[in-house]
Amino acid sequence: MSALTREETQALIQEVLEVYPEKAKKDRAKHLMVNDKALESSKKCITSNRKSLPGVMTMRGCAYAGSKGVVWGPIKDMISISHGPIGCGQYARGGRRNYYVGTTGVDTFCEMNFTSDFQEKDIVFGGDKKLTKLMEEIEMLFPLNKGISVQSECPIGLIGDDIEAVSKKVAAQINKPVVPVRCEGFRGVSQSLGHHIANDSVRDWIISNRDGQAFEKTPYDVAILGDYNIGGDAWSSRILLEEMGLRVVAQWSGDGTLAEMENTPNVKLNLLHCYRSMNYISRHMEEKYGIPWLEYNFFGPTKIAESLRAIAAFFDDKIKEGAERVIEKYTAPMNEIIAKYKPRLQGKKVMLYVGGLRPRHVVGAYEDLGMVVVGTGYEFAHNDDYDRTMKDMGDATLIYDDATGHELDEFVKAMKPDLIGSGIKEKYVFHKMGYPFRQMHSWDYSGPYHGYDGFAVFAKDMDLTLNNPVWKMLKAPWLKEEATAELKAA
Amino acid sequence: MAKLRQCAIYGKGGIGKSTTTQNLVAALAEAGKKVMIVGCDPKADSTRLILHSKAQTSVMQLAADAGSVEDLELEDVMNVGFGGVKCVESGGPEPGVGCAGRGVITAINFLEEEGAYDDELDFVFYDVLGDVVCGGFAMPIRENKAQEIYIVCSGEMMAMYAANNIAKGIVKYANSGGVRLAGLICNSRNTDREDELIIALAEKLGTQMIHFVPRHNAVQHAEIRRMTVIEYDPTHPQADEYRALASKIVNNTKFVIPTPIEMEALEELLMEFGIMEVEDTTIIGKSKAAEPVAA
Repeated sequence: MSALTREETQALIQEVLEVYPEKAKKDRAKHLMVNDKALESSKKCITSNRKSLPGVMTMRGCAYAGSKGVVWGPIKDMISISHGPIGCGQYARGGRRNYYVGTTGVDTFCEMNFTSDFQEKDIVFGGDKKLTKLMEEIEMLFPLNKGISVQSECPIGLIGDDIEAVSKKVAAQINKPVVPVRCEGFRGVSQSLGHHIANDSVRDWIISNRDGQAFEKTPYDVAILGDYNIGGDAWSSRILLEEMGLRVVAQWSGDGTLAEMENTPNVKLNLLHCYRSMNYISRHMEEKYGIPWLEYNFFGPTKIAESLRAIAAFFDDKIKEGAERVIEKYTAPMNEIIAKYKPRLQGKKVMLYVGGLRPRHVVGAYEDLGMVVVGTGYEFAHNDDYDRTMKDMGDATLIYDDATGHELDEFVKAMKPDLIGSGIKEKYVFHKMGYPFRQMHSWDYSGPYHGYDGFAVFAKDMDLTLNNPVWKMLKAPWLKEEATAELKAA
Repeated sequence: MAKLRQCAIYGKGGIGKSTTTQNLVAALAEAGKKVMIVGCDPKADSTRLILHSKAQTSVMQLAADAGSVEDLELEDVMNVGFGGVKCVESGGPEPGVGCAGRGVITAINFLEEEGAYDDELDFVFYDVLGDVVCGGFAMPIRENKAQEIYIVCSGEMMAMYAANNIAKGIVKYANSGGVRLAGLICNSRNTDREDELIIALAEKLGTQMIHFVPRHNAVQHAEIRRMTVIEYDPTHPQADEYRALASKIVNNTKFVIPTPIEMEALEELLMEFGIMEVEDTTIIGKSKAAEPVAA
C-alpha cells in the first residue's frame, strides 16, 4: 500500500529531478525508484554504492566512520586508537550509544577517546615512533585492555606510515593482538567500505586466533553479529535466543569482547543482524569454518516471530518448541501494546532515510502498529540491500539511494508523511518544517527497539512523537485565524 | 630599494643546483645585494657552502625538537653566512618516512608569518629538491612566492627530459599565478656541442640559456672546504663565470610562460645532436628467438 499511485510517484521523482543540471539529473535519476515487488533484482531499477555528487548535501560518512565508529568502536575490552589528527577521534566519540557492561577506563574503554593527536611534525617526520610510544603508554596505563586496534585517519595513508610493522612489533611486545586497520576516510564512496575493511581486519588478525584450541561446545551455540547494542538492542535480542534454549557464545560488536570474537568460529550458526556491515565476516566464517549464517529481524512481534522460527529451523525440536514457547509467552503482552497504541497510530504514513538495515527492517514494526512506510532509503547500501528492500516494502512506494537534501525536502513536502525517521542531520530541518521526527540511528537517545521489550519502547516512542500536542502549536496564537476572529468579537 | 625578487632553482637531481645556487648567491652578495637562500630539500645541503657547515639545523628539525613550529622564532632557524647571506633550510624526514612535501609547506609558511621576507632583501632563492614529486615541492612557485624560475640542466638526455617536465609544471602555475620561466642555466658536463644543444632546447621552450657555466675543478676544491669559489678563490676565472651569471640574472627581463615540447620533439632534438640514436621500431616487443638471424 502506498500513499501515491505508481504514476504519481514516478511523476514526483521527475519533478524533483527537474532542478538539477543535466549531468546531475542523469546521475540522480538512477538512484531513485518506484518499488515494484514483482521484480527479482534491483539491478535494473536502482544504482547504489556510487560516489556522491559534489554540492548535493549527502548524509554519508567515511571509511573511518564505518570502521572505528561502527564495527571496531563497540568492542569494549579493546582500545581503538584514532590514528591521526585529533578531530576524527573526538567528533566520532560516544556518537552511537553502544551500551556495554564494564568499568570504563579499567576493563572497558568504548567511551574514551584514544588518539595519536597528529601534529605538523608527525606528518613531516612520520608517526610510527609516536604510535609505538602511544601503545606502550596504553599498555602501562590500561593494563586490563585485551588488545588494540589502530584506526587510520586520512593522513596516515597519504604519508605512507607503516602501521602494520608497528602493530606486529608492539603485539609481540605486549603479547596481545594489535590490529592495523587501513580505513583512511578518503577510501571508497561512503562508510560502507570502512565496514568491509574492518571485517577484513577481523578476519586477518582476530578470527583464527584460537583455531585448534579446546572449546566446550554445545549443539545450541550461536553468535549475534552486527548488533551494535544501541540503547541496549543486543541485550533485548539475546534474552529471546537464550529463552528459546540457545547458547549465545558471542555477541559483537555491541557490548562485545575480544574473546567472543575469537570464539565465534566455534558456533553452529551465525545470526546476522546488520547484513550491510557484517556480511563479509559471516561469509568468511561460512567458507572457512562451514558455519551457516542467517539474517534475522527483531523489530516488531510479526518479524520477531518469523525470525525466531527461522532460527529454530536450524536446530532440533527442543529449540523449535522453545521458539514457540517464547512467541506464546510474549503474544499477550504484545497484543496489549498493539491494542493500546494502534488506535492512535493506525493509518499514519512514515518516511524513512537511514543506513545499514533499518530502512527495511523497521517496516514490519510500523506495520504491527497499523502504520505504513511510504518511502524509504539508504545512505550507503549496495544492490543486495535493495534486493531485500523491494520485498519488504509496499508496491509503488518511493525508494531513494544516497538521497540529497533537496530530494528529502521535496519528497516530504509532496508526500506529507505523519512521521519521519532519519538522523540528527535531518532532524531539525524537518522539525522546522513542522513534521514529527524520530532519530532512527540513535533511537533519539531512547531504546532498545529490538526484541519484544524493544517493541514496547518503540511503540511508546512513536506515539509520543507523533501525537505530541506540540505539533498543534506550531502557529503563534496571534497568527491563528480563530484568535483573530475572537479578538474582533471581543 | 628595488622590489624583492623571488627566484626558484629547479633541475634534475645531482645536476648541481645547490652548488650553482650558492656560488651565484655569493656573487650577488659580493656585488652588494641582500640575499636569502631557502633550502627546500630534506637533505638540507643548500646552505653549507655559505655557512661553512655540514648541514644547517632545519626549520622542521627545530620544530620537532621544540614541539611545534609555533614554538619557534625566526632567529632560531636563520643563520647568516658569507656576504651577509641569510640561510634557512626547511628540512624534512629521512628517506622513506613521513611527508617531505609538507615540511616544505610548513617551513615556507613559517618564514612568511614570521616576516623573514623583509624590506631589506633584494633576492630570495629557493633551492628545490630535484623532482617535483608532489604539491609540497611546488610550494615555492605558488602565488606570491617565486616569480622567476631558473632550471639548471646539462647536455645529458635525462637532464633535458627533467627540464622539459619542470617547464610543464611551470605552465600549470603560470596560468593561476604570476610565475614565469626566466632561463636555463647550463651547468656543463663537457658533452659535445652542449651549449648549442641547450640554446636549441631553450628556444623550443620559449626561453633563453641565461649562462653557460663551464666545468672546472676549482668548484670542487672550494666545495671540500665548504666554500664557494667566490669566497675561496675570488680571482679564479670560474668565479668570474658565477659573477657573469649573477649580473645576467640581475639584469634579466625575459620572463616567459614556457612552451614545453612533446616527447617526440625532444627526442628529435636529441637525435639531431647525436645524443640519442634513431629508434628502430621493428625490434620492439620481439624476443631474441623471434629476431631474424643476422646474415
